[in-house]
This record gives sequence, C-alpha cells and structure tokens, in this order.
Amino acid sequence: MLRDDYEMIVGLEVHCELSTKTKLFCSCLNEFGGEPNTHCCPVCMAMPGALPVINEKAIEYAVKAGLATNCSIEKNSKNDRKNYFYPDNPRSYQISQFDKPLCYEGFVNIDTEDGEKTIRIERIHIEDDAGKLNHDDFGRGSFVDLNRAGVPLIEVVSKPDMRSPEEAEKYIRKLKSIFEYIEISDCKMQEGSLRADVNVSVRKKGDTKLGTRTEMKNMSSFRSIVRAIEYEAERQVEELEKGNTIKQETLRWDDISGRTFSMRSKENADDYRYFPEPDLVSIKLSDEYIENVRNSLPELPESRRKRYLGEYGLTEKAANFVTSSKYYSNLFEDSIKICNNPKSVGNMIMSDIARIVNEREEEPEDIKFTGKELGELISLIDNGTISSAIAKKVLEELFIEVKMPSTIIKEKGWIQISDEGAIKEIVMRILENNPQSIADFKAGKDRALGFLVGQAMKETKGKANPKMLNEMFLEELKK
Amino acid sequence: MEIVDLTVHELAEKLEAKELTSEEITKAYFNRIKEIDPKVRAYISTLEDDAINKAKQIDVARNKGEKLPKYAGIPIGIKDNICIKGTKTTCSSKMLENFVSPYDATVIEKLNEEKLVYLGKLNMDEFAMGSSTENSAFFNTHNPWDLSRVPGGSSGGSAAAVASNIAPWALGSDTGGSIRQPSSLCGTVGLKPTYGLVSRYGLVAFASSLDQIGPITKDVTDSAILLSIISGHDEKDSTSDNNPSKDYTKSLINDVKGMRIGIPKEYIGEGINEEVKKAILDVAKKYEELGATVEECSFEAGNYALSAYYIIADAEASSNLGRFDGIRYGYRTSKIESLDDIYVNSRSEGFGQEVKRRILLGTYVLSSGYYDAYYKKAQKVRTVIKKAFDELFEKYDLLLAPTSPTTAFKIGEKTENPVEMYLADICTIPVNMAGLPGMNVPCTLDSQGLPIGFQLIGKAFDEETIIRAAYTYEQNSNFRESKPSFKGGKA
Repeated sequence: MLRDDYEMIVGLEVHCELSTKTKLFCSCLNEFGGEPNTHCCPVCMAMPGALPVINEKAIEYAVKAGLATNCSIEKNSKNDRKNYFYPDNPRSYQISQFDKPLCYEGFVNIDTEDGEKTIRIERIHIEDDAGKLNHDDFGRGSFVDLNRAGVPLIEVVSKPDMRSPEEAEKYIRKLKSIFEYIEISDCKMQEGSLRADVNVSVRKKGDTKLGTRTEMKNMSSFRSIVRAIEYEAERQVEELEKGNTIKQETLRWDDISGRTFSMRSKENADDYRYFPEPDLVSIKLSDEYIENVRNSLPELPESRRKRYLGEYGLTEKAANFVTSSKYYSNLFEDSIKICNNPKSVGNMIMSDIARIVNEREEEPEDIKFTGKELGELISLIDNGTISSAIAKKVLEELFIEVKMPSTIIKEKGWIQISDEGAIKEIVMRILENNPQSIADFKAGKDRALGFLVGQAMKETKGKANPKMLNEMFLEELKK
Repeated sequence: MEIVDLTVHELAEKLEAKELTSEEITKAYFNRIKEIDPKVRAYISTLEDDAINKAKQIDVARNKGEKLPKYAGIPIGIKDNICIKGTKTTCSSKMLENFVSPYDATVIEKLNEEKLVYLGKLNMDEFAMGSSTENSAFFNTHNPWDLSRVPGGSSGGSAAAVASNIAPWALGSDTGGSIRQPSSLCGTVGLKPTYGLVSRYGLVAFASSLDQIGPITKDVTDSAILLSIISGHDEKDSTSDNNPSKDYTKSLINDVKGMRIGIPKEYIGEGINEEVKKAILDVAKKYEELGATVEECSFEAGNYALSAYYIIADAEASSNLGRFDGIRYGYRTSKIESLDDIYVNSRSEGFGQEVKRRILLGTYVLSSGYYDAYYKKAQKVRTVIKKAFDELFEKYDLLLAPTSPTTAFKIGEKTENPVEMYLADICTIPVNMAGLPGMNVPCTLDSQGLPIGFQLIGKAFDEETIIRAAYTYEQNSNFRESKPSFKGGKA
C-alpha cells in the first residue's frame, strides 16, 4: 500500500486491435496466427514502390469507439508518419495520427468504492500494428514475422485521472467491455489484441502539480498492470523520500522478479520526426456519416444496465456485474428468453459462473456454453427437477463439456428426488437415527431442523428436494 | 529510313500494314543497343530473350488476325525505379543491386495490357536524386550529342536512350524535373503529368508528394499516345485522380490561334544561359506568328521554390528510404555485431553520397525543434507557389519557360558542388511543387550543337492544352531533322 501522505497518478494508453477482415492499408487478411509471413503482400512487407490504401472499415470502427466513449469526432483528420527503425517495423515508419486524431475529448465512467468516477479520454487515433520478432531458442538469431504488420489498431489515450491500480484495471475493463459490445475488437489480451502503456507518477497529497512520470510499455495482462503500478508508485515514493528525483524514462516491467528496469531516459528518447503521410489523402467525415455510424451502434452497456434494473428487477449489483461484459450480458439475455427468470440468471452469473471463471483464470469470453444451456439449467431448478446444489455441479460440468443440462443430469443420475413416498422414507430414517435432534427441536432449538435436512441431503448426495424435506421434517417434528 | 529512326506512331502503322513485324523491330533495337549502348551506357539491364519471345508471340497472334491493342509488339525502355515483376529494379543503387521485384507497377500492368515489349531497365541517378545521372552507383550515362557531357537526370538513361534511337520511347519519373531536364539536354519530348494523373504504385518512392511517372518520346504524338496508355485512376494509389482516363491523341491539333501564353520574366532572367534565353524568345515569336498571344508576366513566388523543394523532397525521402534497412531485401552489410550495425553499416555502405546527403538533410528538417522552421515553412511556401500559379492561369492558358538554365554540361563539371547541381532544376521544380503538368519540347541546338528545349506548363489536368501547343510548334519547326553525333568523350 502506498504511504498515506502520497497519491499516485495513473494514465493509460490502451492499444486495441480492430477486428476488420483485412489489414489497415492492404487487402491481406487480418487474422491471428498463421505460418510466419503468410498474411503478407508487397504493401505490408514495405516492398519498394508499394503504397498504402486506407481501410474504410477501420475508420468506421474507430469512429464507433469514439462515439461509444463520448468523444467528439474530427471531421478533417489525417494520417502521419512516425519514423523509427526496428526489424518488426518494415517501412521504418508507422502510419499513425499525430495532431488530428479521429476522436478526441471523451470519457467513460467506472464504479469505485466511492461511487461512480469519470475517467477522461484525451484522444483515440488509428495506426497500424508492427510485426513480431520470434527469438530463436537455439541462439540462431531473431526472425521477423510480418503477419501482424499492418493490422489496424486504435490507441486510446486517457487523461491522468486514475489514482490506484484498481481504478486502472476497472478503466481498461470498461474499455474492453465497450469495444466488445460495439464489436470492433475481440479484445483478447492473451493474443495481444488489447495492450496498454502505463504512465505512473506520485505526489504528496494536496499538491496540485503532477510529478515526473515514468512509462511502462506493452503490458498485456491485468495482473501485471496492477502489480507494475503498485510497484512503480512505491518505488517512486521511496526515491523521493530518499531525497532523489524521479527521472522521466521508459521502464520495462519484469513479471518474474516483480520489478521495473530502466530502458531509456528522456534524453535518449526517440525523435519520431512525425510528418503528414504524403501517400494518403486527408480523412474527411461528413456529419451525415458520423450520424450513420452513431445510429449503427448497438445498445451500449449503460442502457442495458438501466433496462435490467427497471424491466427485470435486477439488483444494482447484479445489473452492474452482468453488463460489465458483453459476453455475460448476452448470456443473460439469451438465457431469460428460455427460462424467464431474470433474477436467478443474474444471480447465477454473478455468483457461480463468475467464481468458476475466476478459478479457471479465464475471461467471460472463454465461456463455451450459451443461453440455451444456462436457460434450461435455471428452468430445471425452477420446476424442481434439480436442486440448486445439483445445479452448481451441472454448471461445473458445462465448463468442461457443453451439453444440455437435462442430458448431464440424466447421465450422472442427478435428478432430484421429489417423490413424496421416497422423501417420507428418508425423513423417517433420519429421524430414527437422530433422536437427539428431535429433542433439541422440541426444546426450541430451530437449528436442529437444518441439521436434519443436511443429513438427508448428505445421504441422497444432494438429490432430495430440499423444499419437500423441510416441510416433511417440520410436519413430523411437530407431531 | 531505318527502323530505329521511326517514331512509335510510324512503327504502329507499319505493323498494322504488315510491313514490319514486332520481331524485326525488337531485333533492330537490340542490334542498335549492341552498337550504340557501349558509348552511351543508358541501360542497366536488357531483357533481350523475353523481349524477342514476346515479340514473336505477338507476331503470331497478329498473323492469325487476333484483335490486338494498337501498339502491341512495340518495344519500350523503363527507368530502373519502376517495378517489373521478376526483373531487377535497382534504382541505380548498390542497395538494390540484386533486388528482383515481386510485383508489377500499375503502369507496367497498363503497358502489359497494351502488349508492349520491354527492352530493358534504364540508368538514372541513384533513387532519382540528381540532375546528371552521375549519381548512378553503377556508371555514367553519356549524352549522345556529346559523349563527354551528361544526359541530365535523373531519367538520364531514358532520355539518352530515346535520343540515341536505342529505345523508341521510354518511361521516366519526375520529382523536380527528372523527365523534363534530361529531355531538354538530350533533345527528347518529356512530359511530367499532373500529380495524380498517373499511378505511382510500383514506382520506388523518392518524394511521394512530388513524384510522377511520365513519357519520354521522340515526338509529341508519341507522348500523347503513351500518356493515354499509362494515365487513369488506380485504386492502389490513394493520391491518384478519380477522373476517367482520356485519349490525349485527340489534342494533336495544329492550331494555337487565340491561345494565351505567359512568359514569367524570372525564368528568362539571371542565371539563364543567353543562348537558352534567345531560344525561348524565338519560340515565343513562333507562337505569336502561329496566332497565339504571348506576354511577359511575373512569378516571384518561384524564387523560393528551390529551397522549399529541397526541404520537402528530402524530408519525404528520408522517411521513404527508411525501408532500405538490410532486413528483408536489398544490401546487407557483412559487418554485424549488433542490430544497430545492420542499419548503420548496411545503409552507410549501400547508399551513395548524394542519397546520404539528402537523408541527413531530410532527417534534420523533420527533427523536433526544427520542424516548424523548415518543413512547415516549406509547406507554406508550397501553398504560396500554388496560389501564384493559380493567379497566372486566370490570365493564361499556358506558361512558357526554359526547361534547363543551360544545355548539357560536362561530366564531372558539377559533381563537387551540390548546390550548383541543384540549380539545374530551377526551372522545373516549381511545377512539381504545384503538382502541375509540364512538358519539354526540343526546339533548337546551341552553338556547340547541343539541344535546347522549352517548357510548357499547364493547368492541373490540362495536359490537352500542352499537347496541342507542343504539337503545333513541332509541326511548324524542324528539330527532328537534327541527329545526335555521338562525338567526343571516351566511350
């Protein structure tokens, strides 16, 4: 934890690969993976004489991102070259945007312990991704793979509005959720389609001037981002307390040692020599175009949240949780079409499903089953076929293999015992074996009933209908 | 008249009339190349086997009565910065000495549709940077009118080849005068089209906002024919114009009556050779005789064009040439101990002096802290130049000017002084800065027997007026009767 008399200031540059069919400046497929250098052409390999042509779909996606994050849209935008040498950068310049980004001055809201907080967005611009360097394990050198070169990216630059690693994580999750909703990116951090450069500085509480910041580039997991921010803020406080100053520099976060290392200082920073890209014409967007894009946006999480609160009577907590991910929200909507029990679906997503996703160290998008299965599962509880205890077991099974829950419970023999005769038999046997509990109950200890029901559930491996058990035990005990 | 003396439109008539075959024409050219090119040295590489095979196939098709494009089977020479799939495109640089292009430039696709036959790739200043072809990493090209002199540049190989009858026509590229200035020095017709009229896809970029491919031909008719073939919108070049392509041969009209021609006085002032000046004034007189009105005008903005040009062109070049990094293709140093070595040594060893000078200059003007003072200022100058041209074109249909301030200079004469070399393009550069079309038309010889050309500058996308005026001059003069002598110099 950061010392009480300091606060940290965090700003993020989030890079998000757009899921257009083709690359930003050529017609090569924009696909993850593939044999090295198979999704390439003279343009994205920067052959002499090849020229870029901008992918209009990428512009549309970037405008969508801007509109969904409350940005203004630049009607007279352009591309600029950012010049630097690196083997994964075939042209030796990236085609990015310098002084006229497509989108500017937006914001998103995140939920914090102190309520809703607004994180301002300075700009969103489009640029193309670099290739990849594959380092040979046998020391034969590095190999360039240009399959990713030219894949369209948006870079979302926040204002330095975050004050903790948790806020930073929430902000990225919010962006991820919005971009998933508007279907402009698959936002898979493990595949590098969502990455962030993290800027951190600290200052004494009450100071109004920002401290000197350091930057950590290309972070691609929430865990690293949180740990890196924590570590770096504490390191800066320590330095300041020792009477040292913070150097403006780019750092590398090392996940294994849990430390940051200096990469280069500001004095040695690259001069990217930005200038307008002469091979492309300016990007002129009409009001009509922008309105059309706005109208094409799907329902955003904020509006779904309101609907879930009003129409479906979800709790604030459940509505927030379910809408935090497009995948949860779609799962929710598909399920209730089948079971018509929004509250139960919402609760199951928020509690059991979220817990299993966490345990498996996965993300909501990794869930393989759909509303068809979840909807049936809830119906099976509602019509008394299974208990909620069994439902949890079915859910675990669904994460392993997608099958209809009705099939799973048949295969596993998990169908709830709701036969009155059978239940009666169990109840009588349990009572016979637990005279002490009967006495306790009669002496006014209500807990004894719970114990008896528990015993019955144990004996039936959770299959007995708990409601019926309860009623029948009560009936017998009161005799 | 020998085959190689004929213009393309004359050759096409003879092909049509079956008086000549494509094979005969192609072979005549290769024989001529073998005889003359050792003196002129215009070709970096020749494509004899491919060319003769293609010519034979076209002859077979023609004999079968197949419908062929009008100029099918006519040979052509290509400047070595335009990519032809499967052949070397060197840009006269050690950097690309062994680079084989994996694709065709759009202009080459268009020539393929027309079924032209490629004689070979023509010498140039390295990466089109220069005005004498002396910056070729391989060898100098010699001016056929006096072998001790330069052919101009950067398309010196293309202009010298056409002037020497070792190519009936050729493609060049023009960033600051690279088609027109060598055409002036070699006595050929050279047209730099309006920026955006001809696709740049597959032209190895020097300065993207200035580069244009254009024809170098024996006469104005061939220029109009070749322009009609290569022009037109290309979806692979975002800066290419959207208008439908035109047939420029319709502008081959012998009539300039009522045409308004301005001569900017700055173009016939200081720094322009007296003989050149006189030749331009004679051309003006000729146009008046033919019914045009010619009037002196002022173009002061042009005075700033050269300095602004070298900032913009070099800035773009410094970025465009970044891709030659020794990583994916092209020259790679053998002295590698670190990643930086690949870059620094490959580029230091692979690029020539002038290219390095311009990369340094371009890098400098884009550097943080200098950008506003140089690059941004130069762009403002560019806007001023465009506006000045716009104002002149409110009064005139065409501007008349020298193409080059002097006739061909001696090989080695200016190589020690880059600024003097840069001045060779002083008359042509403003046209590129404004994106306008400009044509060199040969008019006479100076007292040493060297060609002098004049330049016609038109409104954007008004190549028609230039072609019409140039054609009218050509029909009423006799430059084509003069032939290069191949005198002087060591071959």
